[in-house]
Amino acid sequence: MAKITFITSDQETITIEASGGSIMELAVNNNIKGINGDCGGVCSCATCHVHLQPDQYKKLDPASELEQDMLEFEEATTPYSRLGCQIPISDQLDGFVFQIPQT
Amino acid sequence: MTNSMSSSANCVIIGASHAGVNCAFSLRQAGWNGPIVLIDAQAQLPYHRPPLSKSYLLGNKKTDDKPLKAAESYAETNIDLRLGECVASIDRARKHIVLKSKEELPYDKLVIATGAEPILPPIPGLQGNAKVIPLRTAAHAHQILQELDRSGLPQVGIIGGGYIGLEVAAAIRQKEAKVTLFERENNLLGRVTSPYIADYFLQLHRSRGVNILLNHTVASITENGDKQIVECSDGSTYSFDLIVLGVGVYPAVGLAAQAGLNTSDGLEVNKYCQTSDPNIYGIGDCALCDHQRYGKKLRIESVQNAVDQAKVVACHLTGRDLAYDSIPWFWSDQYEVKLQMVGLQYGYNETLVRHEPQTEGPDKISVWYFEDEKLLAVDAINDGKAYVVGSRLLQAEHIVDKALLADISVPLHPKKLAITPSRTTL
Repeated sequence: MAKITFITSDQETITIEASGGSIMELAVNNNIKGINGDCGGVCSCATCHVHLQPDQYKKLDPASELEQDMLEFEEATTPYSRLGCQIPISDQLDGFVFQIPQT
Repeated sequence: MTNSMSSSANCVIIGASHAGVNCAFSLRQAGWNGPIVLIDAQAQLPYHRPPLSKSYLLGNKKTDDKPLKAAESYAETNIDLRLGECVASIDRARKHIVLKSKEELPYDKLVIATGAEPILPPIPGLQGNAKVIPLRTAAHAHQILQELDRSGLPQVGIIGGGYIGLEVAAAIRQKEAKVTLFERENNLLGRVTSPYIADYFLQLHRSRGVNILLNHTVASITENGDKQIVECSDGSTYSFDLIVLGVGVYPAVGLAAQAGLNTSDGLEVNKYCQTSDPNIYGIGDCALCDHQRYGKKLRIESVQNAVDQAKVVACHLTGRDLAYDSIPWFWSDQYEVKLQMVGLQYGYNETLVRHEPQTEGPDKISVWYFEDEKLLAVDAINDGKAYVVGSRLLQAEHIVDKALLADISVPLHPKKLAITPSRTTL
């Protein structure tokens, strides 16, 4: 189990416990505003863009080239941007915070 | 005006796939306070359709793993999801719909999101044949998987060389099935892409052992014990355990037409996705929409189209002015190859191919479609950057420097490739 926190662009904070799936799926299943996951999680639509905290970002496996490409010219990217569909949930993510950019 | 409607106005949505489900949730998010009823004939929780012809057939994931929304999301959002209910008719005069069960449901606003149905061509021996399966629903995909598992090392025939046919070929070829694909035309993907992309996928599939037969029209199918014998118009015959049908879909507009709404190649809707009856909207694969960007009626079969039209309706019903003008985008996954497409290429008179060989991993290839100086569309193969840069350039309607684009020593970047911001000058 990992406790995962989303902060929406309206600054609403939602913390959810999860053990599987991806960050995108967790957000969609919990109606987190601003995460759509239109393509179902195949890194094709960039509608699950999240910002991480720098220290937590560094703990993840690096983004694939496709994911980096999808993010490079997205609006509101930071050096700590990821696509939620490419982040699998594990116990390692306990305490992680994902901020959803303004769209 | 719609936003002055009483807050108890109700909205009924027929069809709970990408368009209908997104419409229901977008409506709530946009502030619609009245009841929302979402009806579908299928009993299964609404699911993502694109994986059905891709990862689902690889047997990696059950469709149950890919619901569009979690079951409890509907109740939490106060959406009355009614699954396994068939709609028999729409009574526009009395503003209600009639279910097959005879139950009547009143509506203030009605959204028709009935999607599309697979075309069953009039080939003798095809209709009613349980071993000939189209691919549109989870039930179809499940049936195909069952047949594959039953047959050991199955021989599979695929009719139609469009995206569905090719994705199915890729998926089941990876499960060691022997695959023969029949395409009536002299190239694959005839209606939807350029010869370059068509040829790329032809070579790809042939290199993976798919027997692709171009210029082959299936004339008849006959059962012979457990086998299905396909005879083509040239007299050649082939024996299969299973046949998958992928010759396209037609818009499911029966209900709408019966109710006297304007239909042709789809349910005709204006830029707000509103039909000829202002209380009734049409979205998704069934809708022939007045597309603002292209200045004509277009019916687009894609997830993007379904999701974006759902938002247009949610806006219109809550009193905001959002006309449909999205740039279409699509994707297809075959083997390890990812094809991403943005824009509409119809009317192109020039293509520019950018091919970046890679030392590791597959080459990056993108095809850029132009009508004179105007960029119309980009097809990107294993090249997410070309897709994203193409999207940005299309969005801004920039004129593209073709010489720079063709020069693979110049990295793709929207600002570098743009000559002028042309939105104001065109």
